[in-house]
Amino acid sequence: MFAYTIRRILMLVPVLIGMSLIVFFLIRAIPGDPAQIILGQQASKEAVAQLRDTLGLDEPWYVQYFIYMKDLLTGDLGNSIRTHAPISEEIWPYFAATLELSLFAMFIAVVIGVNAGIISAWFQNSWFDYVAMLLALIGVSMPIFWLGLMEQWAFAVEFRWFPTSGRESILNPVDSITNLYIIDTIIQGRFDQLQTVLRHLTLPGLALATIPMAIIARMTRSSMLEVMRSDYIRTARAKGLRMFWVVYKHSLKNAFIPVLTVIGLQMGLLLGGAILTETIFSWPGIGRYIYDAIGFRDYPVIQSGILVVALVFVTINLLVDLLYAAIDPRIKYQ
Amino acid sequence: MDAPVLDVKGLKTYFFTDEGEVPAVNDVDFHVKRGEVLGIVGESGCGKSVTSLSVMGLVPSPPGKIVGGEILYKGEDLTKANDKRMRQIRGNDIAMIFQEPMTSLNPVYKIGNQLIEAIRLHNRWDKKKAWNRAVEIMKLVGLPRAEELMNSYPHQLSGGMRQRVMIAMAMVCEPEVLIADEPTTALDVTIQAQILDLMKRLNKETDTSIIMITHDLGVVAEMCERIVVMYAGKVIEEASVSTIFKEPKHPYTVGLIQSVPDMRDKKDRLYSIPGTVPKPGSIQKGCQFAPRCEHAFDRCFAETPELENQEDGSRVRCWLHNS
Repeated sequence: MFAYTIRRILMLVPVLIGMSLIVFFLIRAIPGDPAQIILGQQASKEAVAQLRDTLGLDEPWYVQYFIYMKDLLTGDLGNSIRTHAPISEEIWPYFAATLELSLFAMFIAVVIGVNAGIISAWFQNSWFDYVAMLLALIGVSMPIFWLGLMEQWAFAVEFRWFPTSGRESILNPVDSITNLYIIDTIIQGRFDQLQTVLRHLTLPGLALATIPMAIIARMTRSSMLEVMRSDYIRTARAKGLRMFWVVYKHSLKNAFIPVLTVIGLQMGLLLGGAILTETIFSWPGIGRYIYDAIGFRDYPVIQSGILVVALVFVTINLLVDLLYAAIDPRIKYQ
Repeated sequence: MDAPVLDVKGLKTYFFTDEGEVPAVNDVDFHVKRGEVLGIVGESGCGKSVTSLSVMGLVPSPPGKIVGGEILYKGEDLTKANDKRMRQIRGNDIAMIFQEPMTSLNPVYKIGNQLIEAIRLHNRWDKKKAWNRAVEIMKLVGLPRAEELMNSYPHQLSGGMRQRVMIAMAMVCEPEVLIADEPTTALDVTIQAQILDLMKRLNKETDTSIIMITHDLGVVAEMCERIVVMYAGKVIEEASVSTIFKEPKHPYTVGLIQSVPDMRDKKDRLYSIPGTVPKPGSIQKGCQFAPRCEHAFDRCFAETPELENQEDGSRVRCWLHNS
């Protein structure tokens, strides 16, 4: 198991190198000169040329890439062209904002989605099953930016139950320690702020939870239906076990592997930064960070931001694979 | 001593499907006495398994439903018992083992976990006591290194060992009746003999009644005292083992016994009963076996015979023997 984990981590290296190469060339294919954009349209040719030289943009591409990789190995993600700050320091608050939102959304999606799927399978063809699966179908087909806007309009503008946007109250900002505000407010004992933070999380969290919730519910239902027909479920019932335990103990653990796969994939997508949702709710997340960097031709931020997102995605996949073995003893990694 | 532990009377279990109602079990009577081994024999699809699932209250519903008859366990009608009462009876009073040992244990829980779960469902014991009882029953069913096996997962065991675990799990609460639905069908022959020996020994030692559901007449001859032969959802003959093998009365039973290969009598072709079991639901008038029966006459196609007592104590549903 340990050797397998190490091997999998080593296998991430070529994936990330490939990823960095693709990003490196793609952003250079975007028209527009960073130096020109930074200095503005009125800047003199000489000023632009000098800035290009300072930024190293005059070097051949392979030299640029080599310098970039050399810096990466020392943990240096480069400096932002726009803010001049080191990206490795700058990126964390944005990433933390996305991480918190994604975990919050995924928590909602798993709790509701898994239970809805279980109950739908348990009472197959009941009204609950029909309603839940109809809602799930609507959920997977819903354009999320539209759902976000409607939520905002209904619950923030009309009813004023939740704030329209942002992570925290501007008048009462959170002192960030970890930048995960739920944790920050709890360790500081600021439960008034915790409440505000949770209220800010609710609408974007619900919008982001919709698709994963719907997919998880459908996957749980079909997987549970298959498991509940199996012989060992009959054995569990023949022992005299309550249906509740037959379902939640004996069936769920067996049915969970495909559900876990879906959770992992969806979590990877959420952590990649849901740009539309983050834009609608002015969420200062990684998606917004990269999106703004593209507008500014901030090459180092785009490169490193995408690399971080890719790293997170493959790490989650690795975690999911390792979790399989924890759930099902028949799965062994050598 | 002679009062039956389990007495099934006129049991009817129907399945209500889109294609119409299917009487999988249609008027089945049998009883088991304390410490007795009863065999229920018949071809695939004759309603044996549905009968046993009906007794356990585990008929998949919908589409299945017990629509008539009584299942009397020590005088209590289980068809009228509520869900809570049935859960008390399952595993504790009537236990069941299944045909497929390979898939009948939950693959993601340890053997010990599954055994202890069965014990603690019906006894208010602490974990330590339940653990000890589990080890004890594993030794009783002849599993070596019981403590080690408690921490194993089902996939680490062979088929024979798994069936022993299933038997241990069924016997752990000392049930009055053990229903064994083709317990040896999926095992190879030497293991089959060991499992049958084990069940016979447990029957002697614990006085548990066993209902042995099988299509294997060899198993029946080995294990049972009395036999019920089923055909198309009905009991067609009931007799002691010696009577069945010496003097089978119903033409179907005769056919079944003839189709057992005999080592002493080498034939080129094995005997087989012509035709196939009617599809459940394709009910015809008269005796269900008549179309395959070489002795059938007009009355067999017109009227359905009843299960009638014979002089030698057996019961037969056939116009050749009934009046």
